[in-house]
Amino acid sequence: MREELLAIIERNSRIDLKELAVILGAEEIDVVNELQALEDEGIICGYHTMIDWEKTSIEKVSALIEVRVTPQRGQGFDNIAERIYKYPEVTSVYLISGGYDLLVTLEGKSLKAISGFVSDKLSTLESVLSTATHFILKKYKDHGTILAKKYEDTREKVTP
Amino acid sequence: MKDMLSKQAVGLKPSGIRKFFDLVSEMDDAISLGVGEPDFDTPWHIRDEGIYSLEKGRTFYTSNAGLKELKEEICKYTERKQGVKYDPVHEVLVTVGGSEAIDVGMRAVINPGDEILIPQPSFVSYEPCAIMAGGVPVIIELKAENEFRLTAKELEDAITDKTKLLVLPFPNNPTGAIMEKKDLEEIAAVIREHDILVMSDEIYAELTYKEKHVSITQIEGMQERTILINGFSKAFAMTGWRLGYACGPRPILEQMLKLHQFAIMCAPTTSQYAAVEALKNGDDDVAEMRTAYNQRRRYLMNAFREMKLECFEPFGAFYIFPCIKEFGLTSEEFAERLLEEEKVAVVPGTAFGDCGEGFLRISYAYSLENLKLAIGKIGAFIQRLREHK
Repeated sequence: MREELLAIIERNSRIDLKELAVILGAEEIDVVNELQALEDEGIICGYHTMIDWEKTSIEKVSALIEVRVTPQRGQGFDNIAERIYKYPEVTSVYLISGGYDLLVTLEGKSLKAISGFVSDKLSTLESVLSTATHFILKKYKDHGTILAKKYEDTREKVTP
Repeated sequence: MKDMLSKQAVGLKPSGIRKFFDLVSEMDDAISLGVGEPDFDTPWHIRDEGIYSLEKGRTFYTSNAGLKELKEEICKYTERKQGVKYDPVHEVLVTVGGSEAIDVGMRAVINPGDEILIPQPSFVSYEPCAIMAGGVPVIIELKAENEFRLTAKELEDAITDKTKLLVLPFPNNPTGAIMEKKDLEEIAAVIREHDILVMSDEIYAELTYKEKHVSITQIEGMQERTILINGFSKAFAMTGWRLGYACGPRPILEQMLKLHQFAIMCAPTTSQYAAVEALKNGDDDVAEMRTAYNQRRRYLMNAFREMKLECFEPFGAFYIFPCIKEFGLTSEEFAERLLEEEKVAVVPGTAFGDCGEGFLRISYAYSLENLKLAIGKIGAFIQRLREHK
């Protein structure tokens, strides 16, 4: 049940409990217990809402920043990653294989706010060697959801 | 001009679906649960392969029986899924949908006057194809109390010394019924005893929700007398690509190939290239779609239970076949009123044979949101009918 349950709520965390039990073919109480267990184990880390901010009047700018750093003895990248992820404007931090070390995503009110963050805070960290900032111009697909188009049923209405 | 038309063609009953389709298409805002095809788009990697084949200029006929690579993949797939082996050179024919395989399969084996056993309710094509092949269709009326499975007794009772072929349409459209191993073993004994052929239409084989689908070809002594029909429409959500296939004994397939060659030449080339990709790398897509269908199936079953609508639990395809006899309306009256009053389209059971009277085919090839909306309306309709009784 676990895998199917996770797959369902990853797409729709607001699904009604009773309905969830029905489509899983399980008892409601078992689903509740399983959800609790998944939360306790830290497998379910939160229930968020996906918002296409583009469609609102609220200005938001997001950017991807490639960061090259010097790993620290005994700490590897963990220490520096922590220093970066503690900033609230940072939305994610990934350790990456390849040409650079950390991929940081950032959300800010304006281009200026983001470039300010990079030049004042990020670049000045001692172990940061270099940064490259990429501003996001348009989101086509995010978290597995296509933002550009709505689903339309183009099938004939009745077929054998 | 006198006698312009073929009497046989004129004599065929028009499809009951067609009539209902015309009613529904006049209505813009109807919610339909009447569709016999997946709601999923063909998985992108399969579409991409079709596009790529066009870009490479693969726009010519293939050999009549189909691309060598595709026939080989079909054989690997059939062995992987059912443990049944076919020779890709002589025992496989790629067709324009499973429908073409039904047509040429019947024409390859039927002589005038041969009787063809057709269990109903079932897909709309078997009976007309049997007639156009010069055969005599003999209908076996499947029963709700048997969960619309074919029993050995029903089969035995329908067999005469003219019986040539049994059509075996499981997992079934429209009932959602399946035949499990023991059911198949029981009818196989009768089939062997009377030495008849089988056309097993297993187009919904990937969509079962109990145990894995068992093919009649897996039962001893059956592969040698069975035309196995399958295709890409339902399993891989590829209805519009029009691609199916038949596997079977070499002498039959040779005749089918000849008919296919003269009528069709070959199945669409682009679709064949896409289908190779489907068989090579599509298992995960199929599993994902099956899981989604199963969730919807459970949702609908539960909703009907709560409405106290009589319905056996179907374990195949993507249809539920509830009984509406308690309302004293025919299937057609019920479906027409549901459409008029609540703007929900379902297909009357009678579109799939007279014995579908008193039942409806409800498709769950729709998103849960869509199903929820429709179920709310069906619930309101049923309540009204019960109050006015």
